[in-house]
Amino acid sequence: MSNIVIFGATSAIATACARDWLAAGHNLFLVGRNADKLEIMRTDLMVRSTQKQTIATATADLNDFSTHEALYAQAAQALGAPDIVLVAHGSLPDQKACEASVELTMQEIRTNALSVISLTTLAANLFEPQREGTIAVIGSVAGDRGRQSNYVYGAAKGMVDIFLQGLRNRMAKASVTVLTIKPGFVDTPMTAHIPTKGVLWSTPGQIGQGIIQAVKRKRNVVYLPWFWRIIMLIIRSIPEAIFRKLAL
Amino acid sequence: MRDDIKSWNRLPAVRHQHVLDIQARTACLPLPPGKETCIPFGNGRSYGDVCLNPDAAVIRTRALDHMIAFDRERGRITCEGGVILADILDLVTPQGWFPPVTPGTRFVTVGGCVANDVHGKNHHDTGSFGNHVRSFELLRSDGQRLICSTEQNADWFAATIGGLGLTGLITQVTFDLLPIANPFMVTQAYRFSTLDEFWHLNARAEREWPYTVAWIDCTRQNGRGILFAGQHAPPQPELPVWKSRHRTVPVDLPFSCINSLSLKAFNEIYYRQKLPRDRYVAHYVPYFYPLDAIENLNRIYGTKAFYQYQCVLPPQVSADGLAELMRQISRSGMGSFLAVLKTFGTRPAMGTLSFPRPGATLALDFPNMGEKTLQLLNRLDSVVASAGGALYPAKDARMSAAMFRRGFPQWEKMLPFVDPRFSSGFWSRVNEPEG
Ligand SMILES: Cc1cc2nc3c(=O)[nH]c(=O)nc-3n(C[C@H](O)[C@H](O)[C@H](O)COP(=O)(O)OP(=O)(O)OC[C@H]3O[C@@H](n4cnc5c(N)ncnc54)[C@H](O)[C@@H]3O)c2cc1C
Ligand SMILES: NC(=O)c1ccc[n+]([C@@H]2O[C@H](COP(=O)([O-])OP(=O)(O)OC[C@H]3O[C@@H](n4cnc5c(N)ncnc54)[C@H](OP(=O)(O)O)[C@@H]3O)[C@@H](O)[C@H]2O)c1
Repeated sequence: MSNIVIFGATSAIATACARDWLAAGHNLFLVGRNADKLEIMRTDLMVRSTQKQTIATATADLNDFSTHEALYAQAAQALGAPDIVLVAHGSLPDQKACEASVELTMQEIRTNALSVISLTTLAANLFEPQREGTIAVIGSVAGDRGRQSNYVYGAAKGMVDIFLQGLRNRMAKASVTVLTIKPGFVDTPMTAHIPTKGVLWSTPGQIGQGIIQAVKRKRNVVYLPWFWRIIMLIIRSIPEAIFRKLAL
Repeated sequence: MRDDIKSWNRLPAVRHQHVLDIQARTACLPLPPGKETCIPFGNGRSYGDVCLNPDAAVIRTRALDHMIAFDRERGRITCEGGVILADILDLVTPQGWFPPVTPGTRFVTVGGCVANDVHGKNHHDTGSFGNHVRSFELLRSDGQRLICSTEQNADWFAATIGGLGLTGLITQVTFDLLPIANPFMVTQAYRFSTLDEFWHLNARAEREWPYTVAWIDCTRQNGRGILFAGQHAPPQPELPVWKSRHRTVPVDLPFSCINSLSLKAFNEIYYRQKLPRDRYVAHYVPYFYPLDAIENLNRIYGTKAFYQYQCVLPPQVSADGLAELMRQISRSGMGSFLAVLKTFGTRPAMGTLSFPRPGATLALDFPNMGEKTLQLLNRLDSVVASAGGALYPAKDARMSAAMFRRGFPQWEKMLPFVDPRFSSGFWSRVNEPEG
């Protein structure tokens, strides 16, 4: 039985993970910014739980970095020392609006990159002396290459990607796992405004299962579903001279 | 404008001005701008347009997928309106409970079960879903939240059960479960070669079994078929192992796999299938949900899609009416793979517009062949209307206002409860002035 801390717990993908982890008997510490949603989620998990498990919650806006250290302390108090940290919060910016507002761009970078860097730095420092633990972060295929249609989001996810490469490298000696999760298109509230979901789209449940498996197998980087690895390989291999003219 | 919101038979193909999502059960109702109307959209397992609202808005309920309480001793559950029956099954069957009523797919929401007052194979024994609902919360467009039960807001309770989503959005539901000893079913199949035989068999089976349903070969007018009876298995010394298998129809076929040849062949093979001579034990999933085994089964009808037709005929005229329907259908050569026949019992439904009522109900699919299909359905309508029967709104994309009013003579009682901001494709159609 592991102690699992989830940031952005009320996200559709994290909710799917939480339900599967609950069924597997783990203890959960859920962090979200909306107290109502968090309480609804806690009750749901309590009802589904069939064994003695701890499910605790904390409300925080993760863009306020000053709360981060205390959140880990609260988690440790509620569950005992954490074994797994999942960072799942994020927002899909309105690219056009970002182009018109530096302030909004910075805000989105803060949500999707800086807050993640803060949370994972603290997790690493916690796990390093323990010489075990898993830090799992939901990045995105969008972080693999900048595209005109959403490069603010892509840049933030890309920053997280490179940051985690380094962190993974550093944590190898301490046998701490650092997992970068790169989902493709997922049908969640974040993408609810996008019509016609075709064959490239997955459900939060499918991605959740992929995350659980990747954590269990202590993987480094996973594309979910797997075929995105191939799609992104192709997209990354297009020469920049050609890429800059594409409407992607 | 979005064209990606569809019901199960993907007819009618419509466009929505707005696709909204309610964020949480405690959140306010998202409303489209101005006077535009909206309708709740559960999991789109209705056939037709009760869950659609062309050129206006739908409100999806998929974020309302949380459990709220489960009393394992008394067998009572409270959950949000967007919870899928499959999730409830996963939670309650290991604890010795089962939904009181289940339709032929487990991918329906609880809100949808209430709004269509759905029935199952146990209607003769147990009534429909609404008979087991203790209470629910109804969220209105003016922000009001009404707790409804037979004691509190009883008129709203009656209007909302079978109310086709028109009275407001159901945020949460409390309903009673059925005790079971294990997740298995004891079942028995009986072949019949005429409708007369069916009526005899069925009368006997209904006395002995809580679940009954018949498949009937509608390519022939004599009405041969197979009756499947079932009950929850008593405690077993050893339970069989069951593993689910998953198949899918990956893409929309450009043509329909269904034509009169494949229909005849399928029905022949289905009728000739080897049936176990005795009672046998089956897991509840293949027993209740054979069609769920193939994801996107609705795609076999191709891009032209299909109509579903379900009617009920009053008991006194069931036999003659059914014989006439079979005559019309077999003669048209446009029958269905799976024509399903069942008799409803006498337990009165709770809803003002509930479909289940005593009599026989027949449900079939018809590949959409345009005018030809619509003409056949109109001929079936006249048989149903002159028998004093009704069509099931959950499976309708075409019934006329006149047909609706004949089948649901109490429809006017519904009007004061319809939310002024709510409407659907179905509701607009059946409220069109006669002409
Ligand atoms: C393979 C198959 C087998 C079936 N077998 C049966 C059967 O045996 N018996 C039977 O009765 N039906 C049967 N049906 C039909 C199905 O059970 C009903 O249409 C059911 O209501 C669909 O539920 P849904 O959640 O998908 O709702 P939708 O189809 O999305 O919506 C149905 C109606 O419910 C309303 N609604 C949905 N959620 C809410 C809410 N939260 N608040 C208020 N209104 C809401 C909608 O506005 C709409 O009017 C079957 C369907 C399929 C695909
Ligand atoms: N959906 C996709 O196609 C897709 C693809 C690739 C990667 N991802 C990534 O997957 C992760 C989960 O997203 P999702 O798709 O499941 O969407 P989602 O349900 O919208 O989840 C996003 C979550 O982030 C939370 N959040 C945003 N800003 C926050 C802040 N400052 N502090 C605390 N919480 C904050 C939101 O909280 P509220 O609930 O309070 O709004 C919400 O729960 C995200 O990192 C996303 O970037 C998604």
